[in-house]
Amino acid sequence: MSTNQASQRRNAFDGAAARARCLAYRRRILDISQQVAALHIAPAFSCVEIVDALYDGVLRREAEGTTFRDVFLMSKGHGCMIQYVILERLGVLSRADLDAYCKPQGRLGAHPDYGTPGIAASTGSLGHGLGIAVGQAFAEKLKKTDTRIYCVMSDGEFQEGSTWEAMMAAANLGLSNLVVLMDNNDFSGLERMSEGHRAFYPLVEKAEAFGWAAREVDGHDGAAVFEAALAQHGARPLLVVCKTVKGKGVSYMEHVPIWHYRSPNPAEYAQALRELEGAA
Amino acid sequence: MRNRFADTFYELGKVDPRLAIVVADISPAGSIAKFRSEFPDRFVNTGVAEQIMIGMVAGMAQRGLRPFAYTIATFALYRPFEFVRDDLCYQNLPVTVVGIGGGVTYSTLGATHHAQEDVSIARAVPNLSVIAPCDPSEAEAATHWCAAQERGPVYLRLGKAGEPDLSKEAPDPWTFGKLRRLRTGADVCIVAYGGIMKRAFEVAERLEAAGKSVALISAHTLKPFDAAGMAELLREFPSVVVIEECAPTGGLSQQVKEIAWDSGARAKIHSFTLKDEFIHCYGSHDDLLDAHGLSVAEMTRRILG
Repeated sequence: MSTNQASQRRNAFDGAAARARCLAYRRRILDISQQVAALHIAPAFSCVEIVDALYDGVLRREAEGTTFRDVFLMSKGHGCMIQYVILERLGVLSRADLDAYCKPQGRLGAHPDYGTPGIAASTGSLGHGLGIAVGQAFAEKLKKTDTRIYCVMSDGEFQEGSTWEAMMAAANLGLSNLVVLMDNNDFSGLERMSEGHRAFYPLVEKAEAFGWAAREVDGHDGAAVFEAALAQHGARPLLVVCKTVKGKGVSYMEHVPIWHYRSPNPAEYAQALRELEGAA
Repeated sequence: MRNRFADTFYELGKVDPRLAIVVADISPAGSIAKFRSEFPDRFVNTGVAEQIMIGMVAGMAQRGLRPFAYTIATFALYRPFEFVRDDLCYQNLPVTVVGIGGGVTYSTLGATHHAQEDVSIARAVPNLSVIAPCDPSEAEAATHWCAAQERGPVYLRLGKAGEPDLSKEAPDPWTFGKLRRLRTGADVCIVAYGGIMKRAFEVAERLEAAGKSVALISAHTLKPFDAAGMAELLREFPSVVVIEECAPTGGLSQQVKEIAWDSGARAKIHSFTLKDEFIHCYGSHDDLLDAHGLSVAEMTRRILG
């Protein structure tokens, strides 16, 4: 089943173009927050550059059309808003889909559902995505394809025992076609990992001890994420720890846990837009 | 049942490259060992790690394989329950979760190894089909069905080893989702599933010795349940007996009574289930069933009384 068609991947990552896309994504998410209150802005903002680098650089497309040869799996389901707005830009989801987000006539909820175009797995409960990604990567190896599985996880998910079961299994099975990008914003729902769960760190060393290749990058530097995700990692699965800021780009959201699940009021919305555009 | 499942899976796996099996540190019995040595790529042991066993089979099914997850029933269903629910059932993937030793099969190992409410729990989850064959032949038929189906996830509850073949003379074939007549009769209809069917046959013999004509039905598919077939039996027989190796809450007994109420049936219904208790009794499987009030003598006495 192996295919030798040329891979449809960009050779270089245009950082300026990526910054423009990411600004547009953040604006779009803020716009949606003024229509429906049910969304996780800060957890989406922390992984904007990660998900953008994957969709606009790392994932190989099929020779034509909007389908991908590689798999993107959003394990941190609560961050799905960034995936939705990117899928909208790519034409996989429609504007009408996004307009009906979290409305009874629509098909997009605050966590992604398997069966929706572009969605590789139903997530939302943390600690599930990596196990599913391991099964997907294993299946592609068995079928002898060159499909690679890219899984974006929250750091909080690495507190789940199931994640570590999956970490062991991936290394035992030699899943060199599996890449995990951890959105390491240092916040779980309640508090900072580095304060409340100090044994959570170090991460790179933990992953290496579990038989993974691992490296750390600035998760808001798209080019760095792009390069790390494509780095050679031999017969091992690869973990890229992306250091990020929860709520990145909006001063009052950054590092403030309440914004895990709050929508800005009109004044806050206007301020957020000013800040994003001022930084651009 | 376990060995017949293994033989059947091995034969099917030889011709269908999509079939794979993921176990969690359980020794591969009989032909599963043969499958493992002939097809090592399609055999995975996750070790003592059941959440990844279920997560993996979900991902494998999404990428075109037809995986089976396989371990002791308590660890196949209870330990990774949320993974069964979210990864398999919510995503509605064609995966078979095989639970070995349903009920109190592992009689000396204590309640940590007793899947005494597995059918109740499995039945409550949307999309999950629940199958509990009564003997090796039914295990074979069910395995064939599971390997070929595209319907969604299945919980396949098997016994252990050494169950007698009870369905050889059955007038009905095994059909997914249909009650199956194993023996015909006119006065009393006994409905059972799983390994306790052997006791149902023994009860039937005693009732026949007491002059009753007894039919035996295998309710091998607990979900989706053949409600129409059950309503028909409740109309046809003046006396219906349910025997199950499962907790009283949410099992077949409650379902039969529900159908009886809904269909206005007038049959007398006797139901025999495991007790709603963790029993600290260590002995043979038969000893445990007796301790739960499921001895052949006790059941017969209550039916005739």
